[in-house]
Amino acid sequence: MSLDIESSSAATAPPGAPAPSPAELAARHGLTVSGARPGLGAYVRQLWGRRHFITSYATARVSAQYTRARLGQLWQVLTPLLNAAVYYLIFGLLLGTDRGVDNYIAFLVTGVFVYTFTQSSVMAGVRAISGNLGLVRALHFPRASLPIAQTIMQLQQLLMSMLVLFVIVLMTGELPGPSWLLVIPALLLQSVFNAGLALVMARLGSKMTDLAQLMPFILRTWMYASGVMYSISHVAAHAPQAVKILLGLNPAAVYIDLMRFALIDSFTSEQLPPHVWAVALGWAVVMGVGGFVWFWKAEERYGRG
Amino acid sequence: MAERIPTVIVDDLHIVYRVHGAGSGRGTAVNALSRLVRRKGVNPNVRTVHAVRGVSFTAYRGESIGLIGSNGSGKSTLLKAVAGLLPAESGKVYTQGQPSLLGVNAALMNDLTGERNVMLGGLAMGMSQDEVRERYDQIVDFSGINEKGDFISLPMRTYSSGMAARLRFSIAAARSHDVLMIDEALATGDNRFRKRSEARIRELRKEAGTVFLVSHNNKSIRDTCDRAIWLEHGTLRMDGPTDEVIKAYDAFTQAK
Repeated sequence: MSLDIESSSAATAPPGAPAPSPAELAARHGLTVSGARPGLGAYVRQLWGRRHFITSYATARVSAQYTRARLGQLWQVLTPLLNAAVYYLIFGLLLGTDRGVDNYIAFLVTGVFVYTFTQSSVMAGVRAISGNLGLVRALHFPRASLPIAQTIMQLQQLLMSMLVLFVIVLMTGELPGPSWLLVIPALLLQSVFNAGLALVMARLGSKMTDLAQLMPFILRTWMYASGVMYSISHVAAHAPQAVKILLGLNPAAVYIDLMRFALIDSFTSEQLPPHVWAVALGWAVVMGVGGFVWFWKAEERYGRG
Repeated sequence: MAERIPTVIVDDLHIVYRVHGAGSGRGTAVNALSRLVRRKGVNPNVRTVHAVRGVSFTAYRGESIGLIGSNGSGKSTLLKAVAGLLPAESGKVYTQGQPSLLGVNAALMNDLTGERNVMLGGLAMGMSQDEVRERYDQIVDFSGINEKGDFISLPMRTYSSGMAARLRFSIAAARSHDVLMIDEALATGDNRFRKRSEARIRELRKEAGTVFLVSHNNKSIRDTCDRAIWLEHGTLRMDGPTDEVIKAYDAFTQAK
């Protein structure tokens, strides 16, 4: 080992020559630039090595949320339940608008819960780096852990909401059938999509500090365009073909409709946009892979104030 | 004499912090808007702090180096940059392996029990799940949290500040590192715990290749370091044997 070093030093720095520059010295002894970005493959491996940190960080954050409340973890179920109650009060009782949708309550609550998953992933993603600068500046780990952990947190919340949702759907007269199994692939695809979106938002949010203030408005607009409270296929029945195609490509609407299709009998495949599974898969792959690579490209720059 | 093997090379390093919301003038919406309209390009609401200005040095295997300097002289910033946690404005830091800062404060959550924080902190420092489980008892025993009852199963927010500091140190010190960086305030707590933690730091130093120690306590630097680097206003003022550097630093501070 030391022999190697001696011979190579003799080759690069003959006696009498000026001292090697820091870069040469570093190269000679195999030192690497601190905090440099690893290759994409190495990055994925590092991230996989940190999977236990990611999941336990997410679980810890979720349970830390409610420790000060007397009802504790019960709020994980109570929050979506109250949310559903509010929407039922306003849209079901006060406005009485079913807008030509059978079983409007199940339709609405499914839409709200599924959209909330994407919405809160985006908001959590925006703050994933900028809100955790202390952590980023104190410890070494692939930074993608943070937005991914945030998405897992939101997924855990959604799973609690799903329990509530199942009860509500049953109470409105739906019977569980084999189509309920479609919930699993639909959720899986949406989670990948949301994780990718959270990664993109995390990189944007780490630089653009005004994004956290701006996003709620964009997200609300997106919600109204995604058919959370109305059926897109009814409203857009006479719209031009281009508009229909655009509405059918909206990822939020696609994931919402897939969930409705899985749970609600009266929501038939005719109400689904064409090629819905292909679109759902396409969005998951494009956003998941694209978001991950784009996030990784700035890996070494996160943590600068 | 055998050639010394460098473990950390710092080459003309500059670190600049950007601070948002530190703009001059009053923080009303109208002011913010007019600032935005008046001057395009440079955002006057962002102030820059040049914390490290062109520092260069090389650390070798087996050295332990004390960093001294007054408050705000850039010591902690320099350590973070060496650890690769703060991106450099210009200049480079080359290291062997992954240097680690001794500290896990940021990963811990006050609302969770000590138990879960041990797990979380260990994972955050890069230990595997099995490693943390293996060292769990050792960490809890070292912290002495359970000496006065079963506190480890209570949320950390119920701990006294001394107890929390002890648990944090115990988690951070559970693992050995190649290049280890220790920030002063770590060894806190009562006398008994300070003795124990100093012994643990000595142990870690033996296992590590190179150690950096930031401290305002000149005695502990003299005791543990054979080389010292004196930073003032982000520039390297002196680099040499501990005794000489501390003597010069003492003269400087007393002259003030």
